Amino acid sequence: MIDAAEVAVSTYRWIPGDGDNLMSAFRDGVESLIPALRRYARALARDADIADDLVQDTLVRALRSEKLFIGGDLRAWLYTILTNLNRNRRRSLARKPVFTELFDTNADAGGTEAEGRDISRALAALGDEQREVLLLVMLEGLSYREVADIQGVPIGTVMSRLARARSHVKAYLDGERPALRAIK
Amino acid sequence: MTDPKIPVTEDELHAFVDDELPAERRADVEAWLAAHPGDAARVRSWRTMASLLHARYDAVAAEPMPQRLELERLARQSQSRHWMIGAVAAALLAFVAGGSVGWLARGASAAPSSFRTFALDALDAHRTYVVEVRHPVEVAGDERAHLQQWLSKRVGYAVKAPDLDSSGLKLVGGRLLPGPDAPAAFFMYETASGERFTLYTSRAKTDTTQMRYAAQDKNGALFWADKGVGYVVSGLADKARLNTVARAIYDQTEKVGG
Repeated sequence: MIDAAEVAVSTYRWIPGDGDNLMSAFRDGVESLIPALRRYARALARDADIADDLVQDTLVRALRSEKLFIGGDLRAWLYTILTNLNRNRRRSLARKPVFTELFDTNADAGGTEAEGRDISRALAALGDEQREVLLLVMLEGLSYREVADIQGVPIGTVMSRLARARSHVKAYLDGERPALRAIK
Repeated sequence: MTDPKIPVTEDELHAFVDDELPAERRADVEAWLAAHPGDAARVRSWRTMASLLHARYDAVAAEPMPQRLELERLARQSQSRHWMIGAVAAALLAFVAGGSVGWLARGASAAPSSFRTFALDALDAHRTYVVEVRHPVEVAGDERAHLQQWLSKRVGYAVKAPDLDSSGLKLVGGRLLPGPDAPAAFFMYETASGERFTLYTSRAKTDTTQMRYAAQDKNGALFWADKGVGYVVSGLADKARLNTVARAIYDQTEKVGG
């Protein structure tokens, strides 16, 4: 099991006066997190191109703010950027044309049993906030506290989103048709 | 020590699985699970769920890194882009009065996926020109050879207007358009009943993609990239019909591409 996020140095502090070394430390830190960010983005967006677009934009945004980053948890910060970019994307998609896979069988709307119960289809049936919590906690191993900061909500909200997400996914994997789209 | 008789809550079960439970309460939860098979089964199902997620997505982290995610490269680009944004913004300022605001705004906000921008540009072109009665094209379809030669020269690769007679589509003609990355060739086709389809093709930054679908209002587009050339087939938002036309085009471009 690859857990790149574990390898990453999680805390960064600026020490004034040593610009070059810090800059490269910052970049090394960001770089070591790219594999985990790609994993999260892929599970979040469930499309390889969109996922890497999200990661690319996250990195560009991070580089642009390189000089503004004054310590704190680099890992949580990058996940926050990516999560927000994905929400912006979803929001603009709501106004803009709808992109779908040409041969998407659209399991939500009536896939057959034969397609199997892929976890990614279960994720597709979740609302954004629940999917974020589920992935950040279960796939990326972030703490409830970190997820609460990323989503800008109290820990209690994170926990109830997690509980609901798990129960939806469990129902899906158990073979119940997702009768209702999860409501945030 | 906490009192083991205090019932374990739903939240605690989750916290237990996620290693968020205070160490002193773990033993209580374990005892609780031994006595409550229903809860134990749910806890197990959550662990299975986690391993399914890892089994499905961990491989992504091990995939070779695409060039566009190389940090060095992105850092260089963002430096050179600083002055470019200034220059481009200044140049475009003159256009704002002319109604290019939408384009500008899109360029700024939808940088995420340049290939989607590509499809959107094609859809815009489609919408703009299919309603034209008198001047839908610059060069008419009866000058096919000249049209192809001209457009090939401008887009920088051999462009052929696909022959779609077998799908009941006659070539109306074509025109040259500005594309997001390079000039684009634009062909228009028409059925006997006047239904119009367009093909938009240009060099793309994206090398190769699967065929994708985008819909905007009543129009739809199928788009894909092949060896660094992007193709967008637009028409009314009828996936099946578009698919037939796009397949016919795909089959013909494949032979040309190289």
